[in-house]
Amino acid sequence: MRAKRYAMAVDTRTCVGCNACVIACKTENDVPRGFARDWITTTTDGTFPSLRMTIRSERCNHCENAPCVAACPTGASYYGPGGIVLVNKAKCTGCKACIASCPYGARFVDPGSGTVDKCTFCVHRIERGEATTACQDVCPTSSITFGDLNDPDSEISQLLRSRLSETLLPEAGTEPRHYFLR
Amino acid sequence: MMEFTTTRQNPLIDPTMHIWHAEIPLYLFLGGLVAGLMVISGLWLLRPTDKPRSRALALLPWAPPLLLSLGMLFLWLDLENGFNAFRFYLALQPASPMSWGSWILLAVYPVTIGLAWHTTPADLRALVHGRLGEPGWLVRAERWLAERQRGLGLASVILGTALGIYTGVLLGNLAARPLWNSAMLGPLFLVSGLSTGAAFMLLYRLDAGERRLLARVDVWLIGVELFLIGIWLAGLMSGGAASQAAAGTLLGGPYTAAFWSLVVVVGLVTPLVAEWVELRRGEIPGRFAAGLVLAGGIALRWIVVFAGQHAGWPADVAAF
Repeated sequence: MRAKRYAMAVDTRTCVGCNACVIACKTENDVPRGFARDWITTTTDGTFPSLRMTIRSERCNHCENAPCVAACPTGASYYGPGGIVLVNKAKCTGCKACIASCPYGARFVDPGSGTVDKCTFCVHRIERGEATTACQDVCPTSSITFGDLNDPDSEISQLLRSRLSETLLPEAGTEPRHYFLR
Repeated sequence: MMEFTTTRQNPLIDPTMHIWHAEIPLYLFLGGLVAGLMVISGLWLLRPTDKPRSRALALLPWAPPLLLSLGMLFLWLDLENGFNAFRFYLALQPASPMSWGSWILLAVYPVTIGLAWHTTPADLRALVHGRLGEPGWLVRAERWLAERQRGLGLASVILGTALGIYTGVLLGNLAARPLWNSAMLGPLFLVSGLSTGAAFMLLYRLDAGERRLLARVDVWLIGVELFLIGIWLAGLMSGGAASQAAAGTLLGGPYTAAFWSLVVVVGLVTPLVAEWVELRRGEIPGRFAAGLVLAGGIALRWIVVFAGQHAGWPADVAAF
């Protein structure tokens, strides 16, 4: 069986920035109060009246070349099933090297455990055999697509073939697996 | 024109990252100081001279293990989950300078304690022998160290250099932090560590010859440090948008006044001039310049750690 390579795509044409994905994630993953594993970013560029607004639902980019995994001194940050970047809390010392190494600000310290926390692409669902993440399920405009890049017939593979897409900070060399459809 | 807003307000991350507080710059300073003391103590042991050392110089090698312990306490205090600190020693991650550093720190102890015992004056060693009832293992250990004096000196120089460079590489390899992401930070922190090591030794009652030698070395080290700071900033200024924005924090931005006044003027130029004048006039170098070098060493780490966290990828770079 071919190895899976999980990725996510957010359609910036349809995302309205409603924050439902943020709330769904907090509920699903019991994210500590005051913290968020995913968030909404809005950019407005151009010169009035020729302005263009982009709304994005963002989270950990689950990079192919994750600097957080390289920086972790104890092996707590690692590539999990399908290349998902995960944190083994039993090994995490809370040294914060991974937080400093992430150009996306995707990680934070869980104040309860003192260990680092971040988006897991709802890996617990994948382990149960489910095919969707909490943020994807709740999105009212179906802007979020999650799937396997190694499956050419998956919805995400088809979307990335048929639409223009970008990643954040490609110049950082992290090779994100979180795409934004234009 | 670009406006950038985000709903993310994670503590310690937003609006700018500030995960490392006083503990890390203090640890980096103490690590650099220990590195400098190890290199100087090691080189002193390797010097082909029969001239007896002053008592202070003979006892100073005890400073590295004690200062390093204080530094490691700061490091431990910074950990959010200190109970897992033992995990550092259950892994060796080749791509993580922090992992290399934790093993270097462990290797530093036997070398520094061995060197310190080897240089401890005979009367004090005899005192300890008497208290412990002349233990055979201690006599054998002393003989073992004496037979390997050259190896001990070399190990101290090599490990001290590794420790000094690692304190800079720890920050320098973080590509996400443009101010730190420079190959110059390792050599800069090493040279600063050597300079603070020499300055720390000048605080004690060394004899006139030892003081002059250390001050002469320190003048050169401060000169090299100023040169490395220049290259570091020039490298950032000639880099991409993120690097230029990061350099801006020290060249017109929020850390400019602190950096140029505390690090460059107080910590480097003033002691450089003071030590140079003392040596030119044939005076015995005092403690004034040494104190400034040590203050500058703390300021350098403090400002680099804080400014580097402040200067992430700017919002207009992070957006497409």
